[in-house]
Amino acid sequence: MRLTELYLQPLTATLAEHPYIEDFITSFGLTIAADNNSLKHYLDQLNPDLLEDLGLSREQLQRSLDDFLNGMLALRKPLDKVESLTIIGGRNKSGEAEDFELILQPGEVTCIVGPTGSGKSRLLADIEWVAQGDTPTGRNILINGQVPDSQWRFSTEHKLVAQLSQNMNFVMDLSAEEFIQMHAESRLVTNPQEKVAQILEQANLLAGEQFRPDTPVTSLSGGQSRALMIADMAFLSKSPIALIDEIENAGIDRKKALNLLIREEKIVLMATHDPILALMGDRRLVIKNGGIAKVIMANEAERRNLQRLEEMDNQLLALRNRIRSGETLEQL
Amino acid sequence: MRFLTVSGPPSAGKTSVILRVIEALQQRQRKIGVVKFDCLLTDDDTLYAKTGVLVKKGLSGALCPDHYFVSNIEACVTWGRENDCEYLISESAGLCNRCSPHIKDITAICVIDNLSGVNTPRKIGPMLKSADIVVITKGDIVSQAEREVFASRVKQVNPGAVIMNINGITGQGAFELTSLFEAASNIDTLKGKTLRFSMPAALCSYCLGETRIGDEYQTGNVRKMEMEDKP
Repeated sequence: MRLTELYLQPLTATLAEHPYIEDFITSFGLTIAADNNSLKHYLDQLNPDLLEDLGLSREQLQRSLDDFLNGMLALRKPLDKVESLTIIGGRNKSGEAEDFELILQPGEVTCIVGPTGSGKSRLLADIEWVAQGDTPTGRNILINGQVPDSQWRFSTEHKLVAQLSQNMNFVMDLSAEEFIQMHAESRLVTNPQEKVAQILEQANLLAGEQFRPDTPVTSLSGGQSRALMIADMAFLSKSPIALIDEIENAGIDRKKALNLLIREEKIVLMATHDPILALMGDRRLVIKNGGIAKVIMANEAERRNLQRLEEMDNQLLALRNRIRSGETLEQL
Repeated sequence: MRFLTVSGPPSAGKTSVILRVIEALQQRQRKIGVVKFDCLLTDDDTLYAKTGVLVKKGLSGALCPDHYFVSNIEACVTWGRENDCEYLISESAGLCNRCSPHIKDITAICVIDNLSGVNTPRKIGPMLKSADIVVITKGDIVSQAEREVFASRVKQVNPGAVIMNINGITGQGAFELTSLFEAASNIDTLKGKTLRFSMPAALCSYCLGETRIGDEYQTGNVRKMEMEDKP
C-alpha cells in the first residue's frame, strides 16, 4: 500500500490494518481513536499549544510518522537470507597483512581464541559494522559473496549480530512470559503466544533447574538467565549471526545450547577457551596482536578426544548434582 | 570546522562516549575541541584535557542550563574556530526532558542508556526525538532481547535517526560513529542558525528568586494542575 492512501482512508480501516500506528501516537503522549476521519485530518486538527507542551511540532510529528510508516512497510519486504559471511583479512596492529579469506555458513560454529586485548572485540566489531576496509584493521566483510546493503549497518530491525555474554543480565521488571511476549511484539511476529511457549520450553530444557513462566526475569539464576537468553536468541532474534562470549561457567547444558543455535541455522561465533566448546567448533581463529594469526580446522584426532572430554565433563556434572542434592563425596 | 551537539539524560554515558570518540578521531590525526556544559560542578574537563584536546567548561549555576547553553554556544563555536579545531563537540545534559540543545543543520547526537528503562524513550522530548544520531550505551550488561526492545522503542519515537550501540568502556562502536562525523556540516559561525525546538518557558515569580509557597506569591507565567476528576 502507498503512503498517501494510508493517510487519506478512514481511521477505522487504517488502525485495523496498521495497529502499531496507535502505539506510535501514544508514545508521543497523544491519543487517537478509530473514526471515519482520515489520519491526515487527525494530524491537521492537533492543537499546536498541546503539541508544544509535549515538545513536538506538527511538522516533526508528520516527518517522524512518515519515516516510521516507511520503515514499517519496508519491514514487510525481508532482506535476502544470509547464506554466507566472508571475512577478508586486513592487517594486524603492526601493519602486517593477515593472509586469509574465510567463508562462514549457517549452522557452522567458529571459535575465537586469544588472550584479552588481542583483538577479539575488534573482529566482532568489524563483522557487526560489515567493514569495507574502513576500520583500523582494513578487513572486508561480504554477505552472500557480495558487498552488502548498507541496511545491515544501520537498521535496528536487521541487526547482523545478536550477542550473548557472561556479563549480561535481565533488568526489566517482568515475568519470563511477559518478557518474551514484549520482545515478540517489538519484533512484530505474527504468533507471539506460540513463540512464548516454544522459548519457555526450550529454555527449561537447557537450564539445570526448571523455572515457571511467572518467575520474574530478574529472579532467574545465572544458568536460567543464560538458558532463556539462548532460547530467545534462537527463536526470536532475526540476526543471522549469534555471537557468544565465554559461557563456560554459565550452568547450562552447553552442548544442547549450541545445537539449538545450529539447528536454527545461525552462524555461530564463540569466544571460548573451554576445551569441549572449542572442539565442538568447525574451526578456530587464533587472534594475536590485533590480527588473525592462524585458522585451525577441526580434525579427526581432536574430534576423537572430544568424546573423552565429554565423559570427564559428565563425571564432574554428576558430582555437581550430588552436591546439589545434599550428598557427600567421600566416594567418587 | 565540524560542530556536533551531544546531549542526553544524566549518567547516560555522554562523557565516556565522547572520550572514546576522541580516541578514534585522534587515530585520524584530527584536532578536536570539547565544550562541557554542566550545572554546579564537573571534573569531566580534566578527563578531556588528559586526552590532549582543547577544553572549555561552562557551569550554569543558578540559571536554566539549556538557556545558558544557547546564550553561550555561539561564542564557543568562535573559540573553536579561532583555535583551528577541525571538530568541536558540545556536551550538555538534558535535565528536564523537555529541553534540547540541538540546532538546525548541526549534527545532533543523543546518548541514552539501556538501563534507563523501556519507557524512557517516550519520556524524553526533542533532545531524543529530533536527534540525527541516537547512541545507546550499556548494551554489554543487559540481555540481547532487552537491547532489541529498547532500540525498537527508540526507533518508534525517532524513526529517522541512525541508531548505534556503543560501549563506553571498551569503545566498541566509537570508531564507526566517527565515520558518520565526516558527513557533519562544516561551519564558520552559528550566526543566523535556529534551535530545532523552542526551550520550555517559565518567567514567573520563582524565576526571580521567590521561595514562599502560596497563590498570593505567584505572578507571571503560572499554570495550575487539573484537580477535579473528570466525570
